[in-house]
Formats: sequence, C-alpha cells, structure tokens
Amino acid sequence: MKIMVAIKRVVDYAVKIRVKPDKTGVETQNVKMSMNPFCEIALEEALRIKESGVASEVVAVSMGPAQCVDTLRTGLAMGADRGIHVEATEALYPLSVAKLLRALVEVEKPGLLILGKQAIDDDCNQTGQMVAGLLNWPQGTFASKALDVLVTLAINDEKMEFNLLMPFGLVKVNWQQHRGIHSELQKICSDSVVLDKEKQALTVDREVDGGLETLCLDLPAVITTDLRLNQPRYATLPNIMKAKSKVIKKFTLKDLNVEIKPDFEVVQVTEPPKRKAGVMVSSVDELIDKLKNEAHVI
Amino acid sequence: MASIALRALRRRIGPLSTSNSRSISTLVVGEHEGGKVKPSCLSAVEAAKSLSKDNSISLLLAGSGSSLREAAAIAASRHPSVSQVLVADSDIFTHPLAEPWAKLIHLIQQRGNYSHVVASSGSFGKNILPRVAALLDVSPITDVVEISDSHLFVRPIYAGNALSTVRYNGAGPCLLTVRSTSFPVAPIFDDSKSNEAPISQVDLSTFSEESIGKSRYVKLASQETERPDLGNARVVVTGGRGLKNAENFKMIEKLAEKLGAAVGATRAAVDAGFVPNDLQVGQTGKIVAPELYMAFGVSGAIQHLAGMKDSKVIVAVNKDADAPIFQVADYGLVGDLFEVIPELLEKLPEKK
Repeated sequence: MKIMVAIKRVVDYAVKIRVKPDKTGVETQNVKMSMNPFCEIALEEALRIKESGVASEVVAVSMGPAQCVDTLRTGLAMGADRGIHVEATEALYPLSVAKLLRALVEVEKPGLLILGKQAIDDDCNQTGQMVAGLLNWPQGTFASKALDVLVTLAINDEKMEFNLLMPFGLVKVNWQQHRGIHSELQKICSDSVVLDKEKQALTVDREVDGGLETLCLDLPAVITTDLRLNQPRYATLPNIMKAKSKVIKKFTLKDLNVEIKPDFEVVQVTEPPKRKAGVMVSSVDELIDKLKNEAHVI
Repeated sequence: MASIALRALRRRIGPLSTSNSRSISTLVVGEHEGGKVKPSCLSAVEAAKSLSKDNSISLLLAGSGSSLREAAAIAASRHPSVSQVLVADSDIFTHPLAEPWAKLIHLIQQRGNYSHVVASSGSFGKNILPRVAALLDVSPITDVVEISDSHLFVRPIYAGNALSTVRYNGAGPCLLTVRSTSFPVAPIFDDSKSNEAPISQVDLSTFSEESIGKSRYVKLASQETERPDLGNARVVVTGGRGLKNAENFKMIEKLAEKLGAAVGATRAAVDAGFVPNDLQVGQTGKIVAPELYMAFGVSGAIQHLAGMKDSKVIVAVNKDADAPIFQVADYGLVGDLFEVIPELLEKLPEKK
C-alpha cells in the first residue's frame, strides 16, 4: 500500500504575525516559514505505518509557490520516499486543494491519504473532509492517540507479524487462511478493532467534543491528524543529505486538469480588537473585591 | 399558512435573481441529545437569523427513536425562529458518521434549494459540512464569528490574531459553520410554547445502501462530569503546566465546583496527562468565551489565547510577572497558585 501525505508551508507557529497596513493580508515576506505542525504529524504517522511494514511507500505532496519545494525537502528528510509539487502562484483555497489532491490520488492510487486537521494560517479545517467527499472515501478526522496502544497485525501468508503502532490498528488479514486465529486476534486487538472479512480496514480514534470516538473505516480512506497523534521526528543530518537526491515531481494545475473556482474572495484582513489594559492586584482579597464589585461576575 | 405560500413562491423565483438579492432560506443542521436540541445548534439558528430579516429557517434533526421525536417536538414548539423541522428518522443517523450525514444534507439541500446551510463549529459540524460542500462543489466558510450580510462573513485566521472578511460569490448554496460563542442564545423557558412549526419527515426512499458509506461506528469514550459543559459555561477555571501534576489539578476542580464553573486546561496540562484532551482550550481545542475566565499557572501561548481571549473578564494568576497571559488579563495577580487557590477557596462567597 502506498500512503500519500499532503503538507503545507505556513508561517511558523511561534511567529507573532503582523497584518499588512493595506489590509490585504498578513505579512509573509521575511517571515520564518515552516511545515504546518499538523502536517508534520500526518507525515510522521505515515512513516510509522510504513516502518511497521504495512505500507510500502510514502509520497509527500505540496501545493503552491516554488518555495513549497523547501517544505517538501523537509518532508523527504524526515523519511518520505518522494515528493510531488503542484506549482501554483495564485491563492489556493481548500476546494481547489481538495480537487488537486483527488487528481493526484487518481495518478498515484494510494491506499491511504493523511492530512493535518487544519492549517494554522487559514484555520479552515476543511481540506481532508472535502477530498474524502470528492473521492467518496470514508474519513477519519481529528485522529488522536488511542487510549491503549493498539496492535497492528500484518499477516503475510503464514507468517504473522506483530507491530506496535500508534494510534490506530491497521489490520490486514486473509480471512480464509487465518480463520482459526480470529478470536486470538480479537483478544490482542482489544474489542475496538473490527476485523473485516478479506478487506483492509482501519480503526481510528477521533477527538470529538466530549470524548474520544472510535470508528472503523474501509481502505482506501482519508485521515486528518490531531495534535496528540504522535511526536514528529527530527530530520538527522545524513537524512537531510539523502533527501537532496530524492525525486520531486512537478505538476501544474493544467497537467492535473483542475480549474480554480472563484466562488470566494477575501475582502480584507484586519487586526482583532485590542483588549483594554488590565490591572494588577496585590492580594486575593483585592481580586475577590474587584470581581464582586467592579466586574460583577461572582 | 401565508409564510408557507410565500416560501414556495420565493423558491420558484429564487435562482433567477442575482446572488446578493436572491431570497434567503436556510437549512440548519441540528444536533440533539437526550430528547433536546443542543445549545450549539440553537446558536446556529441565531446565526441563521442574522443572515437576513426575511429568512425561513428549516431545522434538520436526524437519528432515530423517541429522543429524536422529543427533540423535534421541542424544536418545533419552542423556537420561534424555526419555521420548519425536518426529521430524518433512520438508524443510519444514530451516530455522527460523516458519509451518510453528508449525503443526507446534500439530498435535502438539493430538494429544498436552500441558499444557506449552517451548522455549529463543533467537532460534528467541522467533520461533516466541508464534506457536504465538496459534494455540492462549493467553498465552505468555517468558524464564522460575525455575519455582516447574507454573503459577507468574518472569521478569525492565524489563531485569532487576524480577522478575515470574506465574501461568498458562488452560484451554489453558501455553507457555513459558526462559532457558538459568537452567537449567544437568549434563554428559553422550558414550558413556553411560542411557535407551531410543522414537522415533516424526510423521504429517505432514494437513500441508497451505497450512501451509508464505508465507515462503522465502534464506540465513544466520554468523560462523565457533573460540571457545566466547557463550551457554554458562564465561568471557566483553567489550569496549566504550573499545576505540576494531576493531583494538584484537583485544586482547580475544587475551585470550579465552588464557582459552578467548567474546568479547562492548556495543551501542556493535557499533554502531561493532568486531565483528558477534551478539556483543552485553544486554537486546536475548545473555543470559549465565558463571562469569567480564570487562568492558573498558564503562561498564555498564542495558541491558548486563541481559545479564550473573547472572554468578558479574564483573571490570571501566575508567579512569572512577565507571562504573556497578563497582557490579556483584566485582573492579574502575581503569586504562587499553591497559596492563591487555597485562599480563594476559603474566601470566595458560596455560589447561590
């Protein structure tokens, strides 16, 4: 199975952003850019799945201006096998990105598409859901760490391989050959893993309001990652050197036959209203007094 | 009756007029639990009201059993702005699976030709609405905090450090998720009957097996708590890394109990295992805007501030006088929280 991971180049999460004086957007010139933190987690997860023996290849894709290649190189240095850059100079919104991803899925035919749950610049939280909708694939959004470590089972002919894999158990079972070990598998996998006859399925724990929801999805599927899924690795120097020789294939919007639908425009970007300066109090008594008699909140 | 006739008429004229002057009809995607519509869903109705003065609002409730029927009856009788309640009654919708839900909303939108579809920006709406948008080939607009007119919206970007005003120009319906803290709901008395909206069953005969999709619900592990829901609480007490361990975090819980407050946490506190994930407040956790937000041992990282800086009154207690949290706090106290919290517990008045 091949895994495709979508990564985005964004303003580094630690940068205090500045709104441009002409209100057209946020200053991105001479600002530190990095891989979107959720995308790093998505890539890390893909690499872990590959290392567990379930996937054969991890392809990282990024869309946007030429500098996206730097972000792709970072991904290759982390361990992705190859990169795809869809070059676009115009602003890309989630609908266009989802269509481009669908086009790339048709070219690459991955069994799993992993994205971050949101980009920390536009905070949209849309692309994964949209591409799943376009492909008619099931979606496991806001994937998070499982409560317990689940077990991944990769069974190749007679050999049974057990791999620990966070957070979801990826189960690949030839049902006919291994009917006898069904109950064993269920015991190992905990009761949350559903084994589907002769199908590849994936169990994912999702972070939802009020708790953790477990779903079982048939492959191919789309996963979007939450912060707690894993701890992304650092690229080591040898891997950074190796990444330089890895292939990054280029596509244009035209190659992929995707047109940008202009159904949406940013009118202006402004600074949020500033809070008025607060006061420092010197004791608990003063605090309680202020809350009671000035703010009237207790 | 008049309103129904008007609506039918409007629908007939609708697509002919230009996007900005066309009439508005809204489908609100509802959520219900235990026989009641959820407060976040009522916020979505509030938001729908502000799209246009002349807006007929249909509320969709899906699921099965008596809980669905009760919720539908309440929605139809007690919420004056709802002009129609649509009920999709099937086991398919018992769990919030994106695949069948998206197909359902797509189907209803196409039948009713709504100009807007609104859901609340909870994990449910965020999961489902963008998928519906893809099926309709339109750009959705998520996390709306202000509605300027029926096609002009304000949403925060960069963790709330900038506000983006966006215009929807599409020919297709406009799909929104709205932040419930930005559209507060007026309290509704439990026994008042102020409305008699018709309840209609959605015809699901064309809803094929295939629409159900390729995902199955396994389970939901939820935290049982008697405290108010974090998203809607009037007072929120939050602890950060400064609490040091899960045992100490209990002081925050005690204080919350005394204030009748919900408990929140920073990412640091969640990652360190003091409390479960769903208590995280911030860019990637819950967005809250209570009347009173009290932060203990919270430094005030950009990502945390994104989740709470619209609170009316912010109190920060931290022993580091330079902590960024003091820049947004209305009342700051530099001190050791291990001394301050017990003193607060002792001196705070009992809640009424």
